[in-house]
Amino acid sequence: MSADLVEARPGVYHDSVSLMRVSAALAGLPGIEVAVVAMATELNLGLAAGLGFALPEAGQGDLLVALRGAGPAELEAARAELDRLLAGLAVRTAQGRDEERSARTVRSAALRGVGDGPATLALVSVPGPYAFAEAMDAIEAGLSVMIFSDNVPVEQEVLLKRRAAELGTLVMGPDCGTAVIGGAGLGFANVLRPGPVGVVAASGTGAQQVTCLLDLAGVGVSHVLGVGGRDLSAEVAGLSTLRALAALDADPATELIVLVSKPPVPETARAVRQAARELATPVVTALLGQGDDLTRAAEAVLRALGISVPEWPSWPAPASPPGTGTLRGVYSGGTLCAEAELVAGSGEFTDFGDDAYTRGRAHPMIDPSLRLDALARVPRGDVALLDVVLGHAADPDPAAGLAPGIAAAVARGVPVVVALVGSRDDPQGLTAQAEALRAAGASVFTSNAHAAGHAASLLAGAR
Amino acid sequence: MIPASLAALTGEPRVVTAGAEVFGEALDAQAVPRRAVDWRPPLPGTGEDVARVLADPRRHRANETALGRMTSARPHLVGVRRAGEALDLPPGTFLHAGPPIGWERASGPLRGALVGAALLEGLAENAEEASRLLETGRIRLEPCHGRGAVGPMAGVVSPSMWMFEVRDAEHGGTAHCSLNEGLGRVLRYGAYDAEVLRRLRWMDEVLGPALRATLAATGPLDLGALMAQALQMGDELHNRNRAATSLLVRELACGLVETAPLHAAEVLRFVGGNDHFFLNAAMAACKVSADAARDVPGSSLVVAMARNGTDFGVQVSGLGGRWFTGPAAVPDGLYLGAYGPRDANPDIGDSTITETAGLGGFAMAAAPAIVRFVGGEVAAATAATLAMYEITLAEHPVYRIPGLGFRGTPVGVDVTLVARTGVLPVVNTGIAGRVAGTGQVGAGLVTPPASAFTSALAALAKVADAGGPPTSVA
Repeated sequence: MSADLVEARPGVYHDSVSLMRVSAALAGLPGIEVAVVAMATELNLGLAAGLGFALPEAGQGDLLVALRGAGPAELEAARAELDRLLAGLAVRTAQGRDEERSARTVRSAALRGVGDGPATLALVSVPGPYAFAEAMDAIEAGLSVMIFSDNVPVEQEVLLKRRAAELGTLVMGPDCGTAVIGGAGLGFANVLRPGPVGVVAASGTGAQQVTCLLDLAGVGVSHVLGVGGRDLSAEVAGLSTLRALAALDADPATELIVLVSKPPVPETARAVRQAARELATPVVTALLGQGDDLTRAAEAVLRALGISVPEWPSWPAPASPPGTGTLRGVYSGGTLCAEAELVAGSGEFTDFGDDAYTRGRAHPMIDPSLRLDALARVPRGDVALLDVVLGHAADPDPAAGLAPGIAAAVARGVPVVVALVGSRDDPQGLTAQAEALRAAGASVFTSNAHAAGHAASLLAGAR
Repeated sequence: MIPASLAALTGEPRVVTAGAEVFGEALDAQAVPRRAVDWRPPLPGTGEDVARVLADPRRHRANETALGRMTSARPHLVGVRRAGEALDLPPGTFLHAGPPIGWERASGPLRGALVGAALLEGLAENAEEASRLLETGRIRLEPCHGRGAVGPMAGVVSPSMWMFEVRDAEHGGTAHCSLNEGLGRVLRYGAYDAEVLRRLRWMDEVLGPALRATLAATGPLDLGALMAQALQMGDELHNRNRAATSLLVRELACGLVETAPLHAAEVLRFVGGNDHFFLNAAMAACKVSADAARDVPGSSLVVAMARNGTDFGVQVSGLGGRWFTGPAAVPDGLYLGAYGPRDANPDIGDSTITETAGLGGFAMAAAPAIVRFVGGEVAAATAATLAMYEITLAEHPVYRIPGLGFRGTPVGVDVTLVARTGVLPVVNTGIAGRVAGTGQVGAGLVTPPASAFTSALAALAKVADAGGPPTSVA
């Protein structure tokens, strides 16, 4: 007979990623079956109600705690651990605080400056409905801003980008996954050496693939400027792409510009091509779906720089009997997923980083549980293809989380192919991750296109 | 033309982070300097209104304009005049503090003060008769703010009362405030006994004429400069006016002796014996400054906060003379003698015009002598002022706080910032007894109702210019 512990803690706020880590830690305690520690938003209240918890009166400004465990002793132990974890979060926040009092808005933080100088950038990852205000603060304080948040209405995106154009700053996003500016990696960011290539990317994981391959070839980046997946749509009309191209053109450290995107709408494509032609800096475009893949784009950059194309590192698994079923793409990166589908030609591909899967849960680059479930459902005879993206803010050891699922799949006769997107200097260690994934039975490729090609070939033999 | 180059691409990155802590930690791991925002969701139900108001293309410039006017005002005390003449106040019309209210909803101290004013004006023989006149509407009520005036506590102004006249030398506006009677059993706290009326008659016959003669001789007195000095002498100009009153006495003394020698001693004794005498001049100075910021379309700046003992109301620059109200709370404070919280009336008075203009609770860090109102710690006073920088648009160029390195006081409450942070203005206040005729029972701090600010925000969102192409239906 299990027991519930439900409480609302008024006015206690932590971000959703931190709270999901807390929930996961509590769920891992002995005798705890379910642990929901989340802000009491409608979504989270619904989630907890769906789990059968009797809910207290609570609003979005309150912290909801709902625990189910073997008995009162287990629940008490979990509550004590919760208090300890929350205290840890509070201390961590306090250490990053102002001498007297922390800023409550980007506006206030920007006014105070950062360290002993003025702020130069803002990184906004608050829930989508509230991102507009914080981003507007940044722009009006003269800062360029990366908006990681998704679910930002497109009208707001346009307003932000117009305002930024008036004030001479750049809006990266919304839904911008990665950026590297002056050596600082923002969002999901790989550790890249400094170099001559400037990147403008409407696709986060697309930019990560191109820059990681360049890094493996010994070529570094000046800046990676994300613009958000909608920037080249008809509504937004490339406002940030045009601005980013001009900025990199004016940047003395940038000798070559790479533009990475899914194919833009025709009018926007024309405007961007026209702008690219007028730049003094050469531009290489990597537009998926126009006969291009990201690996070929990276190779085109190397050729333009007069550098020979290396063999992209891979760690193949021993040959397995050919599959007879379907190729199952189980992805965390949207562009990587789209590229793999294009390269493989057929199969069933799911992007678990899509908004539909990230509502109320952490991104699959942080939390592998959804993808592990999907992997466990791949039947014998099919081939599984997945991406693992390394870098700052990503899972500190993704191979450890995925290895049991990979081993189980391989054991039941499902070949597993992994596209490992990372640089040699990423905190997780590219080689160590590759070897761990390989040891679990997967074939590992640093090129997503090669991984997809290989996975398709495992089925092609059977046709 | 905006240059193609981007400031962010040159020099060392320094990042402000708001949201998921995992990205902040990633920057820490890279040793990139950053400042974390202690971000929390906005007040419930305000997210869309905030976005709509922030999207209004007029907002940024409108707030700059409104705030520029508020902080560049140069209030000067130019004289004292009777309310009837100065405010064009007809006989039988009384003013009161806060948003509009009628007798039926009026609290004890407001009723007491209205009764006292009716007696003072000779409209009634006794309290019962006065109450009847008020109850039946024979005496009309209007808010002070509607006639460019302010009044502390009950804020009752009747036509014969003398008013400070303050003119803004920069923008030309004029504002008025009554003369301060002192502490304890006084009309503004709702007392109307014989002693209260005797004092008011003395003010009518002696104090007013003497001040009028003195100011006519001295010429306009620069209140902005005087208040800036007082802040450096430990006043916050709402609950502490000791330094400012002393400075005022110094300014007036010689002129008083020269122009009204027969009454100079009693006038100086009265003014010098009332540490709050300057408050009313400060309020008129703040009123004339805040009024300069009115009526800028698209501005989300608060230009008045005021309470009538029942409702707490705010007015916003971009919304004209509309009031947005919520229930006035009972202040949290220290009580005189045997009085306690049960004797306290809900928050009352126009004196929140000082906070509106960046003084009072907002300047608490300047007044360590009265920190017992905020929990007894100097650090708490500093924290109160620092918190106000989160919801204000600027630091005052003239009013500065020595203890904060002469930083300007936080000035210009923005309703969008209140909704976003949930931080409400810190208001210092006196506490009136809830029963008519009691007078003052204490002093302390009060928290305004969030609903006054969120309903103003909602109204601003309704009139916001959508900007750019038509937005999709939300």
